[in-house]
Amino acid sequence: MSLWRFVRGLLRHRLGRWGVLILVTMTLVALLADVIAPYDPYNIRERGRRKQPPSAEHWLGTDGAGLDILSEVIYGARVSLLVGTVTALLVSLLGAMVGILAGYAGGPVDTLSMRFADVLFSVPGLPLMIILATYLGTSYWTIILIFTILGWAGLSRLVRSQVLSIVHLEYIEAARSYGASHWRIMWRHILPAVSSLVIVNGVMLAAGMMLAEAGLSFLGFGDPKAVSWGKVLSLAQSGHAALFGMWWWVVPPGAAIFVTALGFMLVGLALEEQLNPYLRRVRKR
Amino acid sequence: MTAPTVATQTEEPEVILRVRNLKKYFPIRRGVFQRHVGDVKAVDDVSFDVYKGETLGLVGESGCGKTTTGRTIIRLYDPTAGSVYFQGRDMAELKGKELRAMRRKMQMIFQDPYASLNPRMSVLGIVGEPLEIHHIANRSERKERVAELLKLVGLNPAFMNRYPHEFSGGQRQRIGLARALALNPDLIICDEPISALDVSIQAQVVNLLEELQEQLGLTYIFIAHDLSMVRHISKRVAVMYLGKIVELTDRDTLYTNPLHPYTQALLSAVPVPDPFIEETRKRIILKGDLPSPANPPSGCNFHTRCPVFQKGLCDVQDPEFIEVEPGHFCACHLVKPQ
Repeated sequence: MSLWRFVRGLLRHRLGRWGVLILVTMTLVALLADVIAPYDPYNIRERGRRKQPPSAEHWLGTDGAGLDILSEVIYGARVSLLVGTVTALLVSLLGAMVGILAGYAGGPVDTLSMRFADVLFSVPGLPLMIILATYLGTSYWTIILIFTILGWAGLSRLVRSQVLSIVHLEYIEAARSYGASHWRIMWRHILPAVSSLVIVNGVMLAAGMMLAEAGLSFLGFGDPKAVSWGKVLSLAQSGHAALFGMWWWVVPPGAAIFVTALGFMLVGLALEEQLNPYLRRVRKR
Repeated sequence: MTAPTVATQTEEPEVILRVRNLKKYFPIRRGVFQRHVGDVKAVDDVSFDVYKGETLGLVGESGCGKTTTGRTIIRLYDPTAGSVYFQGRDMAELKGKELRAMRRKMQMIFQDPYASLNPRMSVLGIVGEPLEIHHIANRSERKERVAELLKLVGLNPAFMNRYPHEFSGGQRQRIGLARALALNPDLIICDEPISALDVSIQAQVVNLLEELQEQLGLTYIFIAHDLSMVRHISKRVAVMYLGKIVELTDRDTLYTNPLHPYTQALLSAVPVPDPFIEETRKRIILKGDLPSPANPPSGCNFHTRCPVFQKGLCDVQDPEFIEVEPGHFCACHLVKPQ
């Protein structure tokens, strides 16, 4: 399928269109943050009065340190989107690769990788994150690394079980009978069959990882130097925003997370229908 | 020795496939340490020849190993023992590149037309894949060749960009056939290609197979359990029981003069489309169930159900698969060479 047809199909999709719109907007906001944002949240000199409600000067008010919340949300898109998408991509790649290999090769490869996944499952995530963050430093690249290491096991399990259900179908045997290599069977026959699973999961993961990053920042293990939506929220929490009714401190970053997560979900939905010819046909008629 | 009657009417036909003592055992493993506790003897010492241009029918009830035989010949399974000579080379020993090259000449049609085509690939992708793998044609040539193949199997080449779910069972089986023909094979193993189809469609597909055989000089191994269909399409027929071939001869001899008691019982089950004959038709009902291939009976493995079983002989000694009369092989103690 050509890339153009693929994109066009996405745009034609009733819900996918909105997802694409949301994600494109968010990406543009992230890329053009220095142009759009009225203030620079990284510059401590550009601070106003603290905890101010929205005004002409600060459209979304200021936070506990007097930073412009609109600018924080705009700059926060950078870290949130980066952590979300990069982690989801890495987890999907690793999870799909291990899952396909384990399911297709079977035997010792399967046993080894799945026992390793079991080990990862049984490791308590939070203490591990704290230990790793302590040793590797709290940059958002560390967060991406930690999430990837902990995240692939679940997906590889899902992928493996899907692979097991198709690997004995006759079309796989047919491919072997006319001389397809193992590599080709995995790439051309098995990967497409699990791709919708991987993509939908990956997109959900992107949303989930954004939230996880927010959660980690909230606990104080986020990147202390980076502004992200999660961090704005955690500062709002520690600044007792809810207690004092400072909705402008909570709602904008929350809405940004919600809308972006929704965008990922809608795109995931549309992608699934694109990648599954059967669903595609049903929708057309 | 009497003068050979059937085989040498013309000159000796060329053997395209020579299967000798082929065995395929599936190990049974139990327990924590996957101890090897036994084998399912799916194919147990099978030998036969296939001549160029003929159709060899392979019949037997479910679980008798006919499908496993086909799959082992094409090396979807690695044989436990024995050899499969195809065009002078032992398929059982080939590896990697050589095996891939040999597979161009031997193709397979599968039983389930709903499972044998990748639902996520277009017809062009499916039929063109063998060409792509063997680097036979570039993209545009491939398209041409696929169109040609679709025409050959009676499908509209305009369907090329459609997906398998848009076709009926018979059409799908034609797509599978087009894929098998893509590499110009000499031998096609048809693994129950019609048993998943409607009766009305079965005839169409069988006729197509026959036409293509004539047109392209193909050789078929036709695996089926429908005796009347096998009679229609085959030149020679091999009957399998519990992993072994019990009788092998040309079609007419088998249907008029079956020698092995199992073949006789099998044929007696075929209904005759004539009410008068049908009324007097005597069925040989076999006692008991098919024994487990994991634990086959001693001696002749049919002796537990055989109507003419002789104690002390059949349950002790394994009968040899011998040529009873020219071109007619049978494995039974009670059938003596003439």
